[in-house]
Amino acid sequence: MDRNRLQHQVACMRRSLFDQGYLDEPFIQLEELQDDANPNFVQEIVTLFYTDSARLIQNIEHALNSRPIDFDKLDDYMHQFKGSSSSIGAKKVTNECTVFREYCSAENAEGCIRSFQQVKQEYAILRRKLEVYLQMVRQAAVSRTA
Amino acid sequence: MAVNGAVTWLRRAEEIDGYDLSASDSEEVHVLAVDDSLVDRKVIERLLKITSCKVTAVDSGRRALQFLGLDEKKEANGFDGLKVDLIITDYCMPGMTGYELLKKVKESSAFREIPVVIMSSENVIARIDRCLEEGAEDFIVKPVKLSDVKRIIDYMTTDFREGEERRRGINKRKLRDDGDGDGDRSLSSSPPSTLSSSSTAPCSTSTSPLDSPTRRLKMTSFEEHIFADKK
Repeated sequence: MDRNRLQHQVACMRRSLFDQGYLDEPFIQLEELQDDANPNFVQEIVTLFYTDSARLIQNIEHALNSRPIDFDKLDDYMHQFKGSSSSIGAKKVTNECTVFREYCSAENAEGCIRSFQQVKQEYAILRRKLEVYLQMVRQAAVSRTA
Repeated sequence: MAVNGAVTWLRRAEEIDGYDLSASDSEEVHVLAVDDSLVDRKVIERLLKITSCKVTAVDSGRRALQFLGLDEKKEANGFDGLKVDLIITDYCMPGMTGYELLKKVKESSAFREIPVVIMSSENVIARIDRCLEEGAEDFIVKPVKLSDVKRIIDYMTTDFREGEERRRGINKRKLRDDGDGDGDRSLSSSPPSTLSSSSTAPCSTSTSPLDSPTRRLKMTSFEEHIFADKK
């Protein structure tokens, strides 16, 4: 596909990610930190985010399955998860983390378990969309103008 | 070309101790960034590099102290590695918090002059106050923006020059209040110096330090201290 078309598709997808609330301002910051000397910065950060998230999700699962539930530890993990998702501008994921932390501070186990499902769901959706989007960005970058 | 305050301070230190820094190293501001989050560490590193700083990023307060040479196991020698001009640290970290790191730095005779900036995802006034009272230069709410970093580097290097001039001036006259040894750190002396630095700084950015939310916070806390009734 020719470059102009690809770039147009990239721009459309990017706009919808923001319009639909998946991404927020911090993501724009990351894009602005990318340049010719650091052409893969956004992808690098996003990849770190995936790695970090996988670790934290696993830790949270484990903590939620333990009896009794250690709410302090749970909150600590979720604080970290919220922090990194906020740093990349993952708006919906960050919001679900906030909901989780509210249940956590109320020591509401059921609420935590339910809202954690939401966190994981939003994370999975975002990850899928970002993977598609960044792949498109890469394709547009290497494509030629027809 | 104007030599910024941080470089002047660095060079003076080099002369005193004869520590041999390469020419390129002494041109740049060297920042020690401390954050346990992988993502945030990478971002702050990039933000600082884009602002032309040299960066050392570590993942804990403990490692920060080790880098500075302040670890319990070693004596502080002040020049273990490259001289640090600024420490920017996350507040919430396992083991040693950013606040505890701040205290250790300010308690050390070798490093208390290094400005420390705290970053936190939580915008809690009590926390901000506590950090500022302990001597933090500034407090940034995460996620950190490029404009936050630019602002800090700009007014930090300006403050150095102002600080140096003040110190030289003070040698010639008696201090008004004897107990004001920490006056430079306290909120009461910050606003006036900010006002003067923003108007005379040759390297000032388009946004004045006064416009920043954190500077406003600093001044608001100061106002609160004056006007609020103690509970």
